[in-house]
Order: sequence, then C-alpha cells, then structure tokens
Amino acid sequence: MTLTAPDHTQAVPALAAPSLAELGLRESATFDRATIADIQRAAETGIYDIRGWGAKRKVPHFDDLLFLGASMSRYPLEGYREKCGTDVVLGGRYASKPLRLETPVTIAGMSFGALSANAKEALGRGASAVGTSTTTGDGGMTPEERGQSKHLVYQYLPSRYGMNPDDLRKADAIEVVLGQGAKPGGGGMLLGQKITERVAGMRTLPIGIDQRSACRHPDWTGPDDLEIKIAELREITDWEKPIYVKIGASRPYYDTALAVKSGADVVVLDGMQGGTAATQQVFIENVGIPTLAAIPQAVQALQELGMHRKVQLIVSGGIRTGADVAKAMALGADAVAIGTAALIALGDNNPRYAAEYAKLGSAAGFYDDFQDGRDPAGISTQDPELSARLDPVAGGRRIANYLRVLTMEAQTIARACGKAHLHNLEPEDLVALTIESAAMARVPLAGTSWVPGATGTGF
Amino acid sequence: MCGIAALQLRNPQLRPKMGSLLSTMLCEIVDRGPDSAGLAVYDNPELNTLGKSTLSLLGADLEISSADIDALLAELLPEGATSEVRIVGDTTLVSAEVATEDLAGAVARAYPEAVVAGRGERVTVMKSVGHPVEVAERHGLEGMYGSQAVSHTRMATESAVTAGGSHPFSVANDLCLVHNGSFSNHASVRRELKRLGVEFDSENDTEVGARYVAHRLQQGDDLETALVNLGKVLDGFYTLVVTTADSMAVVRDPIACKPAIIAETDDWVAMASEFRALAELPGIENARIFEPEPGRVYTWSL
Amino acid sequence: METFDLKVDDVRALNKAIHQSANGRSFAVEHPGGKHSLAVGVNASLDVEINGHAGYYAAGMNQGGRITIHGNAGVGVAENMMSGIVHVTGDASQSAGATAHGGLLVIDGNASARCGISMKGVDIVVGGNIGHMSAFMAQAGRLVVCGDAGEALGDSIYEARIYVKGKVASLGADCVAKEMREEHLAELAGLLHAAGRDGDPADFTRYGSARTLYNFHVDNSSAY
Repeated sequence: MTLTAPDHTQAVPALAAPSLAELGLRESATFDRATIADIQRAAETGIYDIRGWGAKRKVPHFDDLLFLGASMSRYPLEGYREKCGTDVVLGGRYASKPLRLETPVTIAGMSFGALSANAKEALGRGASAVGTSTTTGDGGMTPEERGQSKHLVYQYLPSRYGMNPDDLRKADAIEVVLGQGAKPGGGGMLLGQKITERVAGMRTLPIGIDQRSACRHPDWTGPDDLEIKIAELREITDWEKPIYVKIGASRPYYDTALAVKSGADVVVLDGMQGGTAATQQVFIENVGIPTLAAIPQAVQALQELGMHRKVQLIVSGGIRTGADVAKAMALGADAVAIGTAALIALGDNNPRYAAEYAKLGSAAGFYDDFQDGRDPAGISTQDPELSARLDPVAGGRRIANYLRVLTMEAQTIARACGKAHLHNLEPEDLVALTIESAAMARVPLAGTSWVPGATGTGF
Repeated sequence: MCGIAALQLRNPQLRPKMGSLLSTMLCEIVDRGPDSAGLAVYDNPELNTLGKSTLSLLGADLEISSADIDALLAELLPEGATSEVRIVGDTTLVSAEVATEDLAGAVARAYPEAVVAGRGERVTVMKSVGHPVEVAERHGLEGMYGSQAVSHTRMATESAVTAGGSHPFSVANDLCLVHNGSFSNHASVRRELKRLGVEFDSENDTEVGARYVAHRLQQGDDLETALVNLGKVLDGFYTLVVTTADSMAVVRDPIACKPAIIAETDDWVAMASEFRALAELPGIENARIFEPEPGRVYTWSL
Repeated sequence: METFDLKVDDVRALNKAIHQSANGRSFAVEHPGGKHSLAVGVNASLDVEINGHAGYYAAGMNQGGRITIHGNAGVGVAENMMSGIVHVTGDASQSAGATAHGGLLVIDGNASARCGISMKGVDIVVGGNIGHMSAFMAQAGRLVVCGDAGEALGDSIYEARIYVKGKVASLGADCVAKEMREEHLAELAGLLHAAGRDGDPADFTRYGSARTLYNFHVDNSSAY
C-alpha cells in the first residue's frame, strides 16, 4: 500500500447545502419519511406494499452476543492444524438414508419462479461443491436444480405447485413447510410478471396472473393430522428420506415440541429476519419473533423431550457470517440455513448495478422488490435477458466461496473456544451485550452472571 | 390436538359392554394424542349412585379420609350417613348424600390441593398422564357398565402435559366437554368469564370452552343454544363433544378442519375423530355414517 | 392376486410390496379398518382392491394404479394423484382429490368439505353431494357433482371446470355459472361415462372462474 500526502493545491469543495437540522426542520419519529411514503403509496394504489428481504427493522440479533475465547482456564485449538469438525448428520431419527453434510451451513428454500433457473443452478453448484444441501421452494423441482445439487431438500408446501411423486422419490429429504419467518401464518404470493410460460406450466396456472398460495395445507391441520401426513410421505418413499418440518418463529417452544411429536426427523426454525420471497410488508415487519429469541425456546423443547441432537434443529433468519453460524450452534442449533445472504453472495444488490437500481426507484443495498421480476442482478427474475446476466458456473463458485468462508469463520471461533467440533459450542461460551439479547438468548450479560428473566441467577 | 371417541348407548342391553366398546374405540385414536388421556362414564352403578353426589379427584394418593369430610358436612349429611372415599386407578372418588357444591366445598376446605376433575350424580371422570391405553387399563375401563361415555387422547398444544390439562373438562354437574383443535381467543373469553366470577383450574383453552358452556347453561340456555352461543364467542378451530346427564352434542367450527365422523344406529350413536375408531362397533356395517356439517349443533338424548 | 390382511399384516409391508410390483399385478386388502396411507405411492399399472373403509390419504399420489375402496375413504383420498383411477364406493371425507394433477377419482357416495381443493388437472366425479369450500383455488381439471354442492363452491377458482346437477348452497369469490356449450355437454357425457354413471349432461350447470381476481384490482380487494 502506498500513502500519498493530500494535495492542498486543489480547490476546496464547495460547502454542502445546509442540513435539514440547520434549517430548523425536525423529522417526526412517528411519521418519518419512510412512513409518509408508505401512507402516500397506500392512498394512491389501494393495496398493501409487497416486498422481499425479510424484516428490516432492528431487532436483537447475533451481533449482540460475544464468545468467551479460551485463555487460562480453557485451552484453545491451534488454527489450521488441529482439527475442528464441521460435519453434520440430518434425519437419523427415522430415515434410513439421512443426509450427511460436510458443513452445517445449508441453503434455504427459495423457489424456481421467485428465483431464475440460473440462480437456482448456481445455488446447487455452490452447495454441492462444499458438500451441503440446497432446497427447492414453492413451485416444484427443476431438472437443473436436481442435476446440480448433491443434496436436495424438496419442500412440501400448502400450494403443492409442481408436487409429484417422481420428484419426491428423487429428493434427498422432504421439508414439510408450515411457515416462514417472514410470515408465520401467511400464504405466498407471486405476481404476474414472474408467471412466465415455464413457471406457469410447472404450477398449472394461467400465464401472467397473480398467483396466491394458501396459508394452510389443503389436507391436514394441526399436529395430530400432521403425524398422519408425515407417515404417508414416509410410506410413499419407503421410509428412506429424512422429513423436516419448517416453522416460522412465533411460538417455537410449542411448535418444536409438536413437530417432534408429529414424527419429524428435523425441525427448521426460521426467525423473523428470514424471508427472501415477496409478501406484505405489514406481515414481514410485525409478525413473528427474532431468530435470537426463537432458538433457546426450540432447544428447550427438544431438551425436555430428550430429543436435542436426535431431532436436528436447523436455524435460519439473518445468518450472515461464520460468527452467526457459531452463535446459532452455540445456542443449540445443529445447522443453519442461509437465504438472503446467499442471494447477496450471488450478486444481489451489488453496486455495479447502481444505475439500474436507480431506474427502478431503488438503490444498491435497498432493492427489495423481488416480486416485480426486474432484478438487475438476474436473480429474482424470470426475464431471459436479466437472467442471462447470472452465469450459473461463476455464481456457483461465489456461493461455494462464501459457504467456505462461513465454515472457516465458525471453525476459527470454535477453536478459540477449545472445541474440536462445531457441535461442542454451547450457550456457556456466550455472553450478551444488551439486556434484551441476554434475556432472549438466555445467556448472561457480559461481565455478570445475570440472565434477565431466568430464575435463580442474579446478584 | 387430539383424538376423540364418544358413545351413547340407547339400547340398555348394550350398556354392560360400554367399557369394552369404548376401549376398542380409544385404542384406535391413541396416535392422535399419546401424551395423556381422559375418560368419562355415565350411569355406572359401581361408580355413581343417583341421589348421591360424586366428585372425581385427580390422583390416587390424596389420602383423603372420610372422617375429615364428614366433620365439615356434619350439618348437611342425612342422619347416620357418611361420605365414601374410593380409589379407581389414578382417580379418587368422594361421594356423599349432599349437594355437589357442598361436597366440593368440604373437599376444598379439607384438601385444598385436590383437583376436581368431575362432579355430579351420574358421571365419573378419570384422567391421567401416560399412554391412553394404560390409563384406561389402570381404571378398569374394559369391564365398565355405562349409558354414555367419552374418551379423549391428548397431544398438548400450548399447555402442559398434566392430568389436569387432559380432557374431558367437567365443570358443572354431569357436564363433560372434550375438544380437538385450538381456540384462538380463549384468553379474552377467560378474562371475561373471570370478570363474571367464574373460577378456573388450568391454563387449558378447552377449559375455557367448558366453563363457557357451563356458564351459558346456568344462564338458562339449553345445550344446543349454549353451543350456538359458544360459536359466536370462541374463535378458532374446534370439534367438540359435550355430554350432560342425559344427552350428547357434537359441534364443529364453521371452517371445520378438524376431523369428526358420526355413526348412528337404533341402538347407539357414536362420534370419533376417525372412522377406524368406529370400525368394530356392533352393527357398524348398517349404521348411518356421516361427517357433521360445519357450524351445526347435533344433539342426541338418552 | 396377492392378499394383505391388515388384521395381521402391516401397512408398511403392503405399500412396499406394491412399490416393488410391476405392471399388471393385483392386490387385495382385507380388514383395512380405517387405517391410514393404504396403497400410497403406487407407481405402476396395477389393481388394488381395498375391501372395507380406509383412513387418511388412501391411494395418495397414485400414478397409474386402479384402486378401489369398497367402503368409505378418510381425509385426502387420492391426494395429489397423477394418473390412474381411484374409486370409492361409499363416502369420502374432507379434501378428496386435493391437489391431484391427473387421473380419475370416482366417489359413489358423498364427499365432504374441500373436495377437489387446489386440484391441478384431476377429474373427480361425485355421485352424491359435496361439502363446503369444494374446488377452493382449483387450478385445472373437472369436478362433476351429481348431487348438491355446499357453501362457497369454487372460491378463488382458476381454470378448473365444475358441473353440478343439484343445488349450490353458495358460490365462492370469482366463481360463476357459465353456459353449457356443445363441447361441455360432450365433455361431461364422457366424464359420466368414465365414472360408470347414467344421467343427462343437460341437467347440469357449469361453473368456472370469472377471472376477475387474476390480477389485483383495487375494487376487488374485499374478495382477497
């Protein structure tokens, strides 16, 4: 790196225009500019705002937790030399062919339809390169996706778009979806722009219509019926495939317990920050609980049933770094799933498309109108020209790189905590920076033994 | 979330077989709720006597002494009469020739921890945690006589797996209610009932339904009207079976997702969550079999 | 003919044997007793006779099988069927033929709520009545009802066609009665014939989508 002294001969830039504060203007905290825009948009269009990207509001998250690295009382492992295992087996409770992954970072369910075929292929390539799984979404399994995915989880959703027994038998695991973090209790939505001939064909829908997906499964409700449904899926696939149950985090203690009682091999828990697909903003921002608050509740349910580590817990919703991976696992997850982060790794919201985001009335880092199908990065679109911008081979490499970094980062932390396997991280390796996160994650506030809300601790 | 099997025997000749018929039905709904179970049996002469109140208390180890209760009932018991304490499986029965409220009051004062699971002159309620078939065996269901009976297997949703949280909920004389589904506004209805002076034993949503029905009956509704009113107040998903001293009712919410199937012959009427629970009933091959329509109250009297 | 007596044999063995069978085989199931998941995942042109009442999801995801239930069927009979024929001689419970993509489902008796929910190409012929919310979000295929239909028939229907002979308690959002043209009379005659039923197609009324909910319009917001 070369340092250059500043050149004082250049003209001093003109003074910026006076700030709003200097003009004596004060923005309302209640009616801020985004709120004003929302009200105006509602009044103009008569329909709620629909968007992707999960909750944007600030909620207590993994950033509010810190690890207690080893020093004197505990011994760290030597990085790069002493092994820190990352493998995970998912679904050994009942399935004769459980999934054996090399890293606990998996790719969450995102549909072909919501995403382009190239994006789906890239996710499959990237996941396969590092020995992890990828997941279909609402709309069926594409040959590209199956072909490029070593481990493919087939989602079983209320709409059953594209659901067929041949693909069920081709899948490596089946994920019965009850809900998503962005919208626990809500159905799906895919606007007409994305219902192209191929998407419409796969979903048995007219081309170009707004597709609405049901919020409840058509042929079962509640855990007593779910148990019978899971048994049917097992019978159809001769008890080979692991069966996951995915829930949106709202009452995860009860929902996890009921998923276990219904016979799930794996519970997938999606916090409110999760969700790439489009849904009502009012839903995304106001329904569900943060990932951080959800994990300890689910783990408690598993522990009380004697099923922790026997029924695996996959956590999603706001996983971005290896630290997040390690923190989720320390709180009791067996694996994590990434959605939004994977799309960003593929090139979503990349500043190179700044001019095009501007044309769409957005900006790099803010673009969330995945439902419109006009994604400049060629990911959340069915437009052939835009899709072609994403090279599935290069995209796959980016995904693989990113997954490797997440894994290595998690290992770095685990070694520092003296663990020879990621699964040996535990809540006692963590402290919290804020009272809120301490209460939610059920770990002590840093430097104290205080876990707010817990009985029998405190000063 | 649960399994329900209920049977009303119109033909008295079948009543000695009540226990064995209900056991068969219960075995088939175990998968729907293996956490815990409850049974209610009407008009069993070994358990209930007309003219005598009987309380069904949770647990067999309450160590209740008849003398303690007699002391509190001294003024009320007929000349020379005493209360009677019996253990049936995991249930303690306390009977006396006094009004049920007086007997319940005496038990509550002498044994404040005791939880009343059933009350009345004609019904005994037996509830316990554990595998439903074992619960039934411990109580000797197989050999029981009865005119009506209800069994319930529970997969607890949002409240604890306890005997108290099991169904049926029997909160008024000879009234029992079982539920499959989940009420979505039970907390508000509970608050309103509490404001009206109704007391609760558990956090269970079904208890709210039972207390609501008991409250409406007390206000003068007949069973059918009480259930129509329940549909106006309680939101969510439900299939309910309610039994009284001489009748049985079935109702489902207007969306009607939770399963229910009814079979009826001249000799009996049965309701279950699934057909397989009805498969072995005598004369099932010629029974009228149908699913209750959404939002409609069905009642049958003995 | 291979026979499974479910008083002795378990459902898993039955389904496994069916999955391993080639075209042309036939199976009899005795004492089904309302058990669940009978003959699910059939993937060959073979015959299964279920002699009694079946529980949930009988003949689920059938591909090419000819499956007869001599009795009543529980929730979700022939759910997600792809092809083949499923025949119920008695009544069917909720969600009969849910999300099925193809094949023919014949129910001689009544079908309860949500018959043909989200159907995606299957043909369903019901001899009796159907319950409420039937053909909800029905995407493709034909639903023939020789009796009456319950509340909210065809709510949010897409391109499926419904033929009802009796009364319709009420139509769901975006479902309307439509003209019976020659091609519909011919289509219905074919379906009735395939289901082994008599009846004059001219006695039926056709219902389908008004297609007003296909793309959001603010004036329809109450229907969402």
